[in-house]
Amino acid sequence: MAHLSRDTLRETVVDCILAVAPEADVDSLPPGRPWREALEIDSFDFLNILVDLEKRLGVSVPESDYHELATLDGLIDYLERRLTA
Amino acid sequence: MEILRKSRREARETVLDDYPSACAGFSWDEARTWLDGLPGEGGLNIAHEAVDRHATGEAGERTAIRWLGKAGARREIRYRELAELSARFANVLGELGVARGAGVFLLAGRIPELYLAVLGALKHGAVVTPLFSAFGPEPIATRMNLGEGRVLVTTTSLYRRKVAAIRDRLESLEHVLVVRDDDQALPEGTRELGPLLDAASPEYAIPATDPEQPALLHFTSGTTGTPKGALHVHQAVVAHHATARFALDLRAGDVFWCTADPGWVTGTSYGIIAPLSLGATLVVDEAEFDAERWYRILEEEAVSVWYTAPTAVRMMMKGGSERARSRAYPSLRFIASVGEPLNPQAVHWGVEAFGLPIHDNWWQTETGGIMIANFACMDIRPGAMGKPLPGIEAAVLRHLPDGGVARVDHHDEEGELALRVGWPSMFRTYLHEEARYRRCFVDGWYLTGDLARRDPEGYFWFVGRADDMIKSAGHLIGPFEVESALMEHPAVAEVGVIGKPDPVIGEIVKAFVALKPGHAPDEALRRELLGFARQRLGPAVAPKEIEIQASLPRTRSGKIMRRLLKARELGLPEGDTSTLETSR
Repeated sequence: MAHLSRDTLRETVVDCILAVAPEADVDSLPPGRPWREALEIDSFDFLNILVDLEKRLGVSVPESDYHELATLDGLIDYLERRLTA
Repeated sequence: MEILRKSRREARETVLDDYPSACAGFSWDEARTWLDGLPGEGGLNIAHEAVDRHATGEAGERTAIRWLGKAGARREIRYRELAELSARFANVLGELGVARGAGVFLLAGRIPELYLAVLGALKHGAVVTPLFSAFGPEPIATRMNLGEGRVLVTTTSLYRRKVAAIRDRLESLEHVLVVRDDDQALPEGTRELGPLLDAASPEYAIPATDPEQPALLHFTSGTTGTPKGALHVHQAVVAHHATARFALDLRAGDVFWCTADPGWVTGTSYGIIAPLSLGATLVVDEAEFDAERWYRILEEEAVSVWYTAPTAVRMMMKGGSERARSRAYPSLRFIASVGEPLNPQAVHWGVEAFGLPIHDNWWQTETGGIMIANFACMDIRPGAMGKPLPGIEAAVLRHLPDGGVARVDHHDEEGELALRVGWPSMFRTYLHEEARYRRCFVDGWYLTGDLARRDPEGYFWFVGRADDMIKSAGHLIGPFEVESALMEHPAVAEVGVIGKPDPVIGEIVKAFVALKPGHAPDEALRRELLGFARQRLGPAVAPKEIEIQASLPRTRSGKIMRRLLKARELGLPEGDTSTLETSR
């Protein structure tokens, strides 16, 4: 899956967020702003998003890496790195 | 599961060192002497006990609140400073002409202003309601109107997201004071709190306060109808103080971390009032749950007493104990948990991860403080709620045909958990719903709505709720509030909401929906309904799952049968369906 483009990766992430929080206005999220707070994603929602991402991308995120997922770009960077590693 | 034995040495070093003698020697009158009271014959005010009495001399230089910001900021607020800041807020209320007894609501994350506003409003004699910031506009509007909120303290971003659109429905609201958390222009109809505080005097003499004067209004959900506003009075602080000593082993000088948000009763009684009343240092973390961050806080802030919740413990358990064990917690002395029954595995996991068992305790919004607990000095029977606190009489009751109650006849027999009335933090009414309040009491007992049993050794065990209430992540959610929000969607004909068991958060809110003719039960509509509910209710209350069905089971009188929906969801026998409406 290393060939996934960044755009495709972003689409997958947004898809997973919308499955949990269909009302989320991901496009108007200011870059660099913590996405969970802005989109009102609680801990339970967050775990469900990670489960969905793991299903789709095969990347399982250990808790010790959660701090890298604070911004949407951070999350996408992280997935990209894990997929190409 | 195996009993966790406490050694005599462990027991000797705790505040409550011998349970039977502590109970025998205790009286609430004695507990009142542990507090100062207002100078002269001024009565009793929570904010005086929590802040002002610790604010002078050397004691005033101790840290009251150690605030940890989401992005790494830190702020230490000393008792002296907290007394001044809360005095400034009380003066702001005075200058705005806010009367004593008026409703002051707070809607904010765990920011320092939330704490100084709660304490300042208590000084002023206002009735304080912190709301959970993950509530959506509907729960906010319902509660602010029920509680006749005249003042709202919030942030600019929360105001824009959740309040601006419902502002004209908030009938009693006069003043909105905002903390700026973005760089946009101040929303219309709001005033910035910071400059008002700066301009106000840092001195405020708390007016005489009757111990029975209303202080806090906490909302709790009902199975039917609107949420209930449980009203607490200033002398609740007698119970906050005493129960924190007994059930949390909390003392002056402790570094105490209560992970609950003040939007729920735990986060106010034990996340603000109790630890301050003891002169402890309160750790406040602005960020949401993050296991790694929590381990770091426990270690680096040298937390000595930690009060958390089963959902958080189970989330940490998912990650394994290795991460917890990679740090050291030499200062940590006691761990407690509340919100829902702590499973035996979690009690033991505490030992594995932190070297300390986790002590479950039980109480409700209505009780204002901890009522039943596993004490530091007492053997733990994992899975049990523990034993009643000194000063608290608890019993398992059965209901009699004549409307009365009696104690169950045998050990381990299930019945409704009840408390003998008369402790200081007992709620004094459901605001504007005296009849609903009175229905909670029979023959001098407060009926909790929880089913329990008591074992031969006197430990109480939680069995379940006597009603349809949902316990999600430790918070009580009323199905009716969720159903009402979904009913507003034009495609929805009927809704039934249940708690679906979940291994991590206890129960998740699940909604079953039947559609009006002309709407297709497809994925697009399901998602639309999910988003619709989240926007109105916020993630803390909105359903996490929605299932569309052709029709929902109703009783002959037309009530949707939540219990049957739940039985079907769980694959359980459906029981007596004789009152069920025949299928359409």
